[in-house]
Amino acid sequence: MARGRPSGDAARTAAETAPLSELGGATTEPHAGRTPAVEVVDVRRRFGAREALAGASFTVVQGELFGLLGPNGGGKSTLFRIIATLLRADGGTARILGHDVMAAPDEVRRRLGVVFQHPSVDGKLTVEENLRHHGRLYGLRGGRLGERIDGLLSRLGLADRRRELVERLSGGLRRRVELAKGLLPRPAVLLLDEPSTGLDPAARRDFLAELRALRDADGVTVLLTTHHMEEAERCDRVAILDRGRVVALGAPDALKAAVGGDVLVVETPTAEVLRDGVRARFGVAGTLVDGTLRLEHPRAHELVRELVEAFPGAVRTITYGKPTLEDVFVHATGHRFAAEAPA
Amino acid sequence: MMAAVATLWEREVIRFVRQRSRLVGALVQPVVFWLLLGGGLSASFRPAGAGGVGYLQYFYPGVLALVLLFTAIFATISTVEDRRAGFLQGVLAAPVPRTAIVLGQALGGATLAVLQGLLFLALAPVAGVSLDPARIAAATGAMALLAFAMVNLGLFIAWRLESTQGFHAIMNLILIPLWLLSGAFFPADGAPTVLRWLMRADPLTYGMAALRRCLYLGDTAPAVGLPGLGVSLAVLGGFALVMLAGTAALARRTTA
Repeated sequence: MARGRPSGDAARTAAETAPLSELGGATTEPHAGRTPAVEVVDVRRRFGAREALAGASFTVVQGELFGLLGPNGGGKSTLFRIIATLLRADGGTARILGHDVMAAPDEVRRRLGVVFQHPSVDGKLTVEENLRHHGRLYGLRGGRLGERIDGLLSRLGLADRRRELVERLSGGLRRRVELAKGLLPRPAVLLLDEPSTGLDPAARRDFLAELRALRDADGVTVLLTTHHMEEAERCDRVAILDRGRVVALGAPDALKAAVGGDVLVVETPTAEVLRDGVRARFGVAGTLVDGTLRLEHPRAHELVRELVEAFPGAVRTITYGKPTLEDVFVHATGHRFAAEAPA
Repeated sequence: MMAAVATLWEREVIRFVRQRSRLVGALVQPVVFWLLLGGGLSASFRPAGAGGVGYLQYFYPGVLALVLLFTAIFATISTVEDRRAGFLQGVLAAPVPRTAIVLGQALGGATLAVLQGLLFLALAPVAGVSLDPARIAAATGAMALLAFAMVNLGLFIAWRLESTQGFHAIMNLILIPLWLLSGAFFPADGAPTVLRWLMRADPLTYGMAALRRCLYLGDTAPAVGLPGLGVSLAVLGGFALVMLAGTAALARRTTA
């Protein structure tokens, strides 16, 4: 999509700014000495001419609730499938608790619980049957399997639905069955691909609160992919993925603090002229994003008035805000989050 | 490993039992095919090597094989789709040997095919084939092996496909000709030399021969000129195992 592409200038400005990927990590790694739960190093994957992953790297600490945030087509799902041992990487390595996904896939599979974006429950089976079949694949059987299923069903509020066919359940309940499947093998690492797909915002908040509670109670490491900012906001740390690369990595607050002040978005008929004028007069380097001028400044609220006075007629509207993860994304990439990655 | 195979097989059977309308639908098409084609050709078509039976009767085991083939194709398609957006996603991410996954799917698909085949077998008296318990048992065994070979062949062809869009073209190009050349539709005796060679190379020919010999157990006349039962079962079983191993190898390569 052309409107999402950064202009050459915007890309250059983004490249000149401080690399966000070095921020925020150091303060939030309390277990730095332990084996990382997930370690992704320079993973690459092509589909024909399209480079889905262009050397992505990040580390998830044990016990973390980690979000992989990115626009659709940014490479999240490809990375998910590689970590879940369902797709081979062309280069680089991914390890789960020290086990290489390609060299020792079964070791990895034994430690992972996987929740897919597309339904992986069988609608023609009941809730209980789905879990029973899934448990047997992990070597669970008999009374032990039954106890685990009972425990999970009551914990996730599905106990009174156990004999219902999954196809008759609502979307939200089905997602719970998916989650129950992922948790059934008692994984060390729970991997979820767009877990809140098809949920309304309230249900999405509940689902994430549920994940957080599970993490707190069981110490399970959670790695989820998402394209919802508010979902990523609730993670301990976030890696922002764009065009197959990690463009920012850190705790949401640290990332936002690193943006360089509050954010002004100026709608103007003469964006380039205004940008050059602002730089000459106030020494603030702006970015052009979709025909608007975007400025980051620690005292942005004061800049509003000065801007309007200095460039009368050039300002149509000004939006002022504290930086969000979306601003982090724009800051790092020079283009808007909603933009699709080039096919 | 066996627990995984058993659970995958059980799931296929449960699904099948709960979708009874589907199994009736899958049966109607071959029956219509058999009655129209067999009935229409029976007056004018008295092939050499058909063992002296009428065409409707000659064609009957062929349609039985077609019932198996249709079900096998259906099982293949649903396996491929299930892998990208369905239950099999979770199976592929589980610590289960890839061979067990392929074997579970193949056994499940073959079981469904045999159940369909048994329904069609109820029409045997209409075709003039008289059944007794021994013939039914033998025919069930032959159907099981033939269906198992067909599902494995289908999985081997379709496993590397990302979607099933191209599968129908492949099916028309490979699977239907394999069925046509198996002796289901016309006997090898009296066919041109080139066709005879092709038929001898077609693995389904041996499945067809086994099916005819079991269906007419104790009566060799309708099976004259066909490969022997031992040879047929050996070729068919060997072919099924090669396809199974090939699909398992593909499964190992395409995932991690």
